[in-house]
Amino acid sequence: MTALDPAPPPPPRGSHQATDPGQRPAPDGRPAGHTAPAGRRRARAGRRAPLLLVVPACVAAAFALLPLGYLAVRALERGPGYAWDVVADERTLLLLGRSLGLTAVVVAACLVLGVSLAWLTVRTALPGARAWGVLATLPLAVPSYVAAFTWLAAVPEIAGFTGAALALTLVSFPYVHLPVAAALRGIDPAQEEAARSLGHGPLRTFLRVTLPQLRPAAAGGALLVALYVLSDFGAVSLMRYDTFTRAIHTSYRASFDRTPAAALSVVLVVMTVALVAAEARTRGRAGHARTGGGTARPAVPLPLGRWRIPALAWCAGVTAVAVVFPLGSLGYWLAAGTSATWDLDGLAGAAWATLGVAAAGAGLTTLLALPVGVIAARHRGRGARLLEQAAYAGHALPGITVALALVFFAVRYAYPLYQQLPLLVCAYAVLFLPVAVAATRAAVLQAPPVLEDVARSLGRRPLRVLREVTVPLAAPGVAAGAALTFVVCMKELPATLLLRPTGMDTLATRLWTETGAGSFAAAAPYAAALILLAAVPSYLLGRHRT
Amino acid sequence: MRRPMARRSTALVAAALLLPVLAACGSDDDSAASDDGDGNGRSSSLVIYSGRNEKLVKPILDKLEKAVGAKVDVRYGDSAELAAQILEEGDRTKAGLFFSQDAGALGALSKEGMLEKLPQGTLDKVDAAYRGSDGDWTGVSGRVRVIAYNPDKVSKAPDSVHDVVKPEWKDKVGFAPTNASFQAFVTGMRVLEGDDATRDWLKALKDNGAKTYANNLATLDAVESGEVSLGLVNHYYWYERVAEKGEDKVGAKLHFLPGGDPGALINTAGVGVLADSGQSATARKAVDYLLSKEAQTYFAEQTKEYPLAAGVTSPVEDLPPLDSLEAPDIDLGKLESLQETLAMLQDVGLV
Repeated sequence: MTALDPAPPPPPRGSHQATDPGQRPAPDGRPAGHTAPAGRRRARAGRRAPLLLVVPACVAAAFALLPLGYLAVRALERGPGYAWDVVADERTLLLLGRSLGLTAVVVAACLVLGVSLAWLTVRTALPGARAWGVLATLPLAVPSYVAAFTWLAAVPEIAGFTGAALALTLVSFPYVHLPVAAALRGIDPAQEEAARSLGHGPLRTFLRVTLPQLRPAAAGGALLVALYVLSDFGAVSLMRYDTFTRAIHTSYRASFDRTPAAALSVVLVVMTVALVAAEARTRGRAGHARTGGGTARPAVPLPLGRWRIPALAWCAGVTAVAVVFPLGSLGYWLAAGTSATWDLDGLAGAAWATLGVAAAGAGLTTLLALPVGVIAARHRGRGARLLEQAAYAGHALPGITVALALVFFAVRYAYPLYQQLPLLVCAYAVLFLPVAVAATRAAVLQAPPVLEDVARSLGRRPLRVLREVTVPLAAPGVAAGAALTFVVCMKELPATLLLRPTGMDTLATRLWTETGAGSFAAAAPYAAALILLAAVPSYLLGRHRT
Repeated sequence: MRRPMARRSTALVAAALLLPVLAACGSDDDSAASDDGDGNGRSSSLVIYSGRNEKLVKPILDKLEKAVGAKVDVRYGDSAELAAQILEEGDRTKAGLFFSQDAGALGALSKEGMLEKLPQGTLDKVDAAYRGSDGDWTGVSGRVRVIAYNPDKVSKAPDSVHDVVKPEWKDKVGFAPTNASFQAFVTGMRVLEGDDATRDWLKALKDNGAKTYANNLATLDAVESGEVSLGLVNHYYWYERVAEKGEDKVGAKLHFLPGGDPGALINTAGVGVLADSGQSATARKAVDYLLSKEAQTYFAEQTKEYPLAAGVTSPVEDLPPLDSLEAPDIDLGKLESLQETLAMLQDVGLV
């Protein structure tokens, strides 16, 4: 990290550490860092995070680290030698290579789709730009296994790497599109105008001025995509592409052995930590909030000229394959199926249960993510970094592993909660904490820190600043994160199957039941209901403007 | 202009999130109240972990509830995942009875000593070939591997799976490599003929241009449409389809392989009683009910499987009786070496 610091004049090194106990706020509530002669941003970096923020953040991190504790127990059950043999196996390395290859391709494709669509819909005079922007978020509502299934049914030859990469790209590019679009709206166009006035063409301006500013947003989205691809099982198993997660599932399914599965999962955790660290390096120390005087003008939309038709075709093409195609396939099954029995009561019950647990899951996740996100955005240093990494650590684990970890802990230490709703809600928080943390962090970063400084200089205590300035400013972004978490909770299957109260059904579990019985026509209403319900928060995300 | 928009969408999202939370809290109370009865594993109620699909077994499990005279809660899931869950729960498992789609998951629990020995009277109802060798689980219904063929393309289907790798069937065979029953069949072949012969057969199958499908139903579809001429499937899919559409509308026929061919393997769905759940008495009653005439008739008629007990014979038309099948002589307990089978399928490049 020091390599990226723009050579700060040396204040005490400890002032960079969020957890350093040496820098206490002065008794009058003003921060000690306030008197430092250094610039505004570094004063902030030196400020110690209030305890009331640190404690819940640590609780959230501990929560997210639960699966890792379980993995340690299971992986070392037969001694480190056994675990090492599993991990160092030639086949393990091969699968690791395949997983990373798939991840690289999907991330690259998502970056191309996400950034291009965000730029077209936010910055150009594309006809119907807002509508296209909303449509580009809707693929979030499609579960990866549904996408894989519809493609496989239509084009069976696609099975394998191509199919897996296609299905995963089409459901996950909104993870890049959303933050990049938000960042594009937040960038002051004055810089680009200056570049143009100095003789740069539009393309060069985009590459030299705009793109570097989009880097943190794009990298954050890419990280979520990468972890999603690493953890996905539904799409790769349907597409019969052998990856690391399939090796983990095989260990459970074929040998009923949890030890190799745990050892392999540890490798995923190590990769996650490496990816998170790599992403953190791309952030640098650049500020993301406007600090100049006055208000930024809205950017003037770039006229597309003769590129209008190709741009429209690009948006329409992506929408067609990512949204229209899966919905069309489901519609076809609904219409053509003979085994279609419209169990409206079951559908309504499952829909209601889905909304309930997903909302509770999104609520808890957002609440836990808030302190982590604020600390990650406002405080630098080892403690803050570790907190954020802890939140991400388990995110690439397959759902089944996280679910078994929670079975393990709940049965031992929280038996009354076992197979009750609160535990399922906690599982969602463990699984999706990074999604909400990323949104919260980005939202807090875009809120000008100078406003907090003003509030503090007027004598507001840190917590009051948080409540009255930071949170209200970041609220739309935090709400967007909550909506995103809501959508991913709705689609979750493996943990829901294992942890739900006996007898409870969500749309995802009904979908699983119906396809398991081979009746796709009967499954289609559940898939359609899931996509349509998840489309509502996705739609709000698309409309949301920072 | 921007702020009100942001605020409105925030409010909308917040409202959308809050409403169901309240609803969830309400329903949480309900479920907590109804769960009180089985919290301590009182023998008056029973929890079944079912790896068999709800669509297939819910009707008979509803009847089972009346027959055993206790409250029965059923938790549906994937057989292997439920087995992993039970192993993780250990002696605090909530499950009184495990109803598995195949023998492998039951064997895994048996190996860890989680299952209780069944009374001899119960075991005696089922042929020893279809239950665990330790007497702690029993098969409930059976399914047999067959070759489906398209009569428009094929006058007579081959009598052995060894024939489908011959040049005359090039590009004409379909199968589902990820299907558990197919993998059990491959495991059976390994037990019967050895690993080398099985590996050679799998390679030959692949080299012969055999087409892979997502599952048995998709394979049967491909046979019906003529996309392939032969399909390696389980018997009951065809009978279900005939029951739904009528035999003349189904463009495929079945061939039962003679002579103990590995391609005629019989696999079972079965049950085991969990030793530590405190629900043993009720669970044993449930096992006896599943082996009763009523339940066996249900499996014969509704899921078109082979009944294994109570002297019930399948009333399904055209289904050869169980004792007429020339299935390979194999100990189902030996099908547990699925891991090596999967490694083999991966090596050959079929999954």
